[in-house]
Amino acid sequence: MTEIAANTPALPSPAGGGGSGMRPASGLIALLRHTRYVLSENPVTAFAAGLFLLIVIAAAFGPFIVPYDPYASNTAMALKPPSAAHWFGTDQLGRDVFSRVIVATQLDFFIAIASVALVFLMGGLAGVAAGFYGGWTDRIVGRIADTIMAFPLFVLAMGIVAALGNTVQNIILATAIVNFPLYARIARAEANVRREAGFVMAARLSGNSDARIVLAQVLPNIMPIMVVQMSLTMGYAILNAAGLSFIGLGVRPPTAEWGIMVAEGAAFMVSGEWWIAFFPGAALMVAVFCFNLLGDGLRDIVDPQRRT
Amino acid sequence: MKRRDFLKSAGAVVASSAVTAPAIWSPAKAQARQETLLIVSESGPNNIDIHGVGTNVPGYEVSWNCYDRLISHEMKTVNGTPYYDRDRFKMELADDMNVGDMSVTFKLKKNATFHDGSPVTANDVKWSLDRAVSVGGFPTFQMGAGSLTKTEQFVVVDNNTVRVDFLKKDRLTIPDLAVIVPCIVNSGLVKKHATEKDPWGLEYTKQNTAGSGAYRVVSWTPGTEVVMERFDKWAGGAQPKVRRVVWRIVPSAGNRRALLERGDADISYDLPNKDFSELRNNQKLSIISTPYSNGIQYLGMNVTKPPFDNPKVRHAVAYAIPYQKIMDAVLFGLSKPMFGAPAGTKTEVAWPQPHKFTTDIAKARQLMAEAGYPNGFETTLSFDLGFAGVNEPLCVLTQESLAQIGIKCTINKIPGATWRTELNKKVLPLYTNVFSGWLDYPEYFFIWCYHGKNSIFNTMSYQSPKLDSMIDAAVDAAAINDTAKYETNVKGFVDLAFADMPRIPLFQPYVNVAMQKNVSGYQYWFHRRLDYRSFVKG
Amino acid sequence: MLRMILKRSLIAVPSLIGVIIVTFLLTRALPGDPAAYFAGPAATKEAIEQVRVKLGLDKPLIVQFGNYVADLARGDLGTSLTTGQPVATDIRNRLPASAELTLLGLIVSMLIAVPLGILAATKPGSLADHLCRVISTAGVSLPVFFTGLILVYVFYYLLGIAPAPLGRLDTFLSAPPRITGFYLIDSAIAGNGEVFVSSLKQLVLPAMTLAIFSLAPIARMTRASMLAVLASDFVRTARASGLSPATVIVTYAFRNAMIPVVTTLGMVFSFLLGANVLVEKVFAWPGIGSYAVEALVASDFAPLQGFVLTMAVMYVLLNLLIDILYGVIDPRVRIEA
Repeated sequence: MTEIAANTPALPSPAGGGGSGMRPASGLIALLRHTRYVLSENPVTAFAAGLFLLIVIAAAFGPFIVPYDPYASNTAMALKPPSAAHWFGTDQLGRDVFSRVIVATQLDFFIAIASVALVFLMGGLAGVAAGFYGGWTDRIVGRIADTIMAFPLFVLAMGIVAALGNTVQNIILATAIVNFPLYARIARAEANVRREAGFVMAARLSGNSDARIVLAQVLPNIMPIMVVQMSLTMGYAILNAAGLSFIGLGVRPPTAEWGIMVAEGAAFMVSGEWWIAFFPGAALMVAVFCFNLLGDGLRDIVDPQRRT
Repeated sequence: MKRRDFLKSAGAVVASSAVTAPAIWSPAKAQARQETLLIVSESGPNNIDIHGVGTNVPGYEVSWNCYDRLISHEMKTVNGTPYYDRDRFKMELADDMNVGDMSVTFKLKKNATFHDGSPVTANDVKWSLDRAVSVGGFPTFQMGAGSLTKTEQFVVVDNNTVRVDFLKKDRLTIPDLAVIVPCIVNSGLVKKHATEKDPWGLEYTKQNTAGSGAYRVVSWTPGTEVVMERFDKWAGGAQPKVRRVVWRIVPSAGNRRALLERGDADISYDLPNKDFSELRNNQKLSIISTPYSNGIQYLGMNVTKPPFDNPKVRHAVAYAIPYQKIMDAVLFGLSKPMFGAPAGTKTEVAWPQPHKFTTDIAKARQLMAEAGYPNGFETTLSFDLGFAGVNEPLCVLTQESLAQIGIKCTINKIPGATWRTELNKKVLPLYTNVFSGWLDYPEYFFIWCYHGKNSIFNTMSYQSPKLDSMIDAAVDAAAINDTAKYETNVKGFVDLAFADMPRIPLFQPYVNVAMQKNVSGYQYWFHRRLDYRSFVKG
Repeated sequence: MLRMILKRSLIAVPSLIGVIIVTFLLTRALPGDPAAYFAGPAATKEAIEQVRVKLGLDKPLIVQFGNYVADLARGDLGTSLTTGQPVATDIRNRLPASAELTLLGLIVSMLIAVPLGILAATKPGSLADHLCRVISTAGVSLPVFFTGLILVYVFYYLLGIAPAPLGRLDTFLSAPPRITGFYLIDSAIAGNGEVFVSSLKQLVLPAMTLAIFSLAPIARMTRASMLAVLASDFVRTARASGLSPATVIVTYAFRNAMIPVVTTLGMVFSFLLGANVLVEKVFAWPGIGSYAVEALVASDFAPLQGFVLTMAVMYVLLNLLIDILYGVIDPRVRIEA
């Protein structure tokens, strides 16, 4: 049982201090050093970071490095199992599954990034404002979040995409709206608890403006939880798009996208052509997996309390 | 000791897992299983009365089996499968049919009773036919297709005799009395449940069967299952062999296939083509494939707007479609090709029949250039998401092929609910769709799909006075049995439709039915749904 | 406490009104035309108009909304065109199926995830920690419908140890007399072992699918907040004053760490109900999720509105519960009214 104490980082606590605020240039170097430390301490995060790099490469250069045209059909080669020529086999129209999986990275990555960025802007800021100011701001934000939250989320996303049309923008928008309450509530709860905290009081006493306190004190302190959420939501965003594809509300064919490829391949599972759904499913899983693990790792990096 | 216990428990696990699938524990259940036909399909009824507002196609199946009509069709054999005979009628509730010059008279079977025991009378028949032409929507529309539109047409002669008067001579009138819609309803029972707002008692029959048919619904859980039991006093024909029908709704095609392969389900008929082609090969099940009567999947073009107002562009598209690829990769051969008839083939007096176009990209390019589109154009290619299994790969292949002649398509998936709305607007430039008519006559198909009166199924908004006149002439000739004139006009409108090519026939789809080896008695009907009355199990 | 509950319930009213308005507008913005859909395959324009009048869809939007609200006030949720039944009946019949499945999924998930999260937090960086991350993360990284299909493929199709994915009971058994609508409870009350076992067997795969999916958020939130709490001043103080590690974790850390976990639970439940939509489709589960999808595809307004409203009311109640728990666990959080 003593390992618990040993493994729990010995904690200095500079975060309580009043004026530390934004860290200047030397902070960046410290951050990098700290990142390296965390990566070396935490093989899973290092692994995730490696995966992330792979995903970024695939997203950036995918279309240039794939062995086949991902959209070219070849019905003579339809439904062939994985082989040396087609690593992941071919689909119903004889398209190379490997090429499609790689090319799809770009779109899925974009959906994930865009929707998370959007919801972080909308939900995170609204939540912090609500938690920090309380009163009417809190009530309005809370009401919006409650209303959205009262919807079954996936059904709301379906409704939005169905009503606005199934385009990538609407999938991103729907995903962001659906996740809004998650961000708003967590940000609010964290900000609310901290608004009376010592370091905020101290900052206020030393004459800092509200905006400065929010940006310099409250926001950095709630970042860890937000980052955990962002990493989770990156994954959810892709899963959300996949779910929408499954019921026919995803991107347009023949666009390569992991979710729609799984949905198309699902019909072939029972007849034994497992590879059509399996490989995009695996890619989907690896990407979501990577975002999630990375989120955990990021938390360790940015968490001011764990920084040594 | 310990080892023995272990073996025992391991044995128990194996034993219990062996019975899990059908899970027949009690003898009563095994008995029930033997007398029950278990059907699995993708969707179930929303209303078990075909006269209801918006009854869906699965609802038709319940109506077909739980209600009787005055007449029905005899069976013939096509490719070894019993197939309804368009031209021969058999009596169902009627004991006798007497066709006069401007009317037809039916004598009812004396022993016919409804499920509640009350006798079937001429008043019931009149009330039911009145109902069909009065409720509006689809039933009234279908009755109209056989020139049955007014309640005055249905006359009670005596308690046991009904006469149907013709408004005009129409060869579709009698066949139209044998479709699902003119079913005979227990008027006494339904009237009890009718209200001022609902004079035809539609609310009651939506949930309850009030017919005289071979089966009656004993429980219905919408979206889950329909349980039907045999009506032992059925007078419409020989007593069916199957005592109980359980119809389970299983949305996932993979699950439906698994259920069939493991022997848990007896019948399914809406699996993807690929599954059917494989199930046929592995011999575990009986598979029956029959082409849709009077049905075609086609690629339609909106001829009112450029670029598809130009026949050369339409021909170019017809030469650019990857027909054979679609047959192989999308349909797995389970459809009848409607393309590539050899050059010298004579036009037949039949529909559907193949056209002479084949995939010929060079010719298509040349036509595009002649039409003034050497560099092609952009358009959208739409399909109904409800049938994505066939439509999506079909559209992807077509999109790829059209790109070779410079036509860049964006594929537009339209959800089932919206599909009909979009078709109705008649603004989709390029799309694929299926049409099939219950009444299997070429002119019936052409009235809906090509005639200038522009029904919803003339999705191309095609207008040709010449074609219209030939359709009308064929209809008139059929009514007075003028065979020569009829044949000339049918050949004429088929030829013109292929020359103008506002819609490009692709293939005639198959109805595929998969059943266990111990199940037999499948019959093909114009409505393409199952007729439980002929099935035998064991 | 009672006053707080009352106040909190009153606050929920505006968000329910919001839900009613948004749902109404959203369903009306759907591109489908129910009149065309239900007029049948061969309908003419006139036939479609007839159906439209019958459905009351020819009236201006505001009148339709007024009618809808008036019906709602009488407890009438309208009639589903897809199933043909009153929406209230449909929901009453289907809600227990979804609730039984979701709750079972959530319970299974919590039983695995909370201990896993605590274990991971107490030994950060250890093998257990990494394992926790990998297992829970792998679960959430699969789309639920894919997990469901794979489970069916493996356990039903290949191994044959799971029953056919055909709803809540074996085809040849009939449902227990309805008391709660939960087949497990009802059959136990009726003392019908055969039905109990059968419904449990049917529940295993879909509940597993849901549990796998919800493992990650719960485990991760438990771990994250447990870590934060373990690093806080008061835990260090408790530790420094010589309390045993077990006491520190259970009495001090766990209680405080549960705040975000409780919040997460509410959201996970909502997520699960969403995921249910897809799981129910795969397992032919006669719940309200599949009901809603069918309604959406058919542009069938009434069930969609009824479904969303039911969910909204359930969610408000759940939230209330969470807020109460919140107050109990962490007195620092003021409940504003």
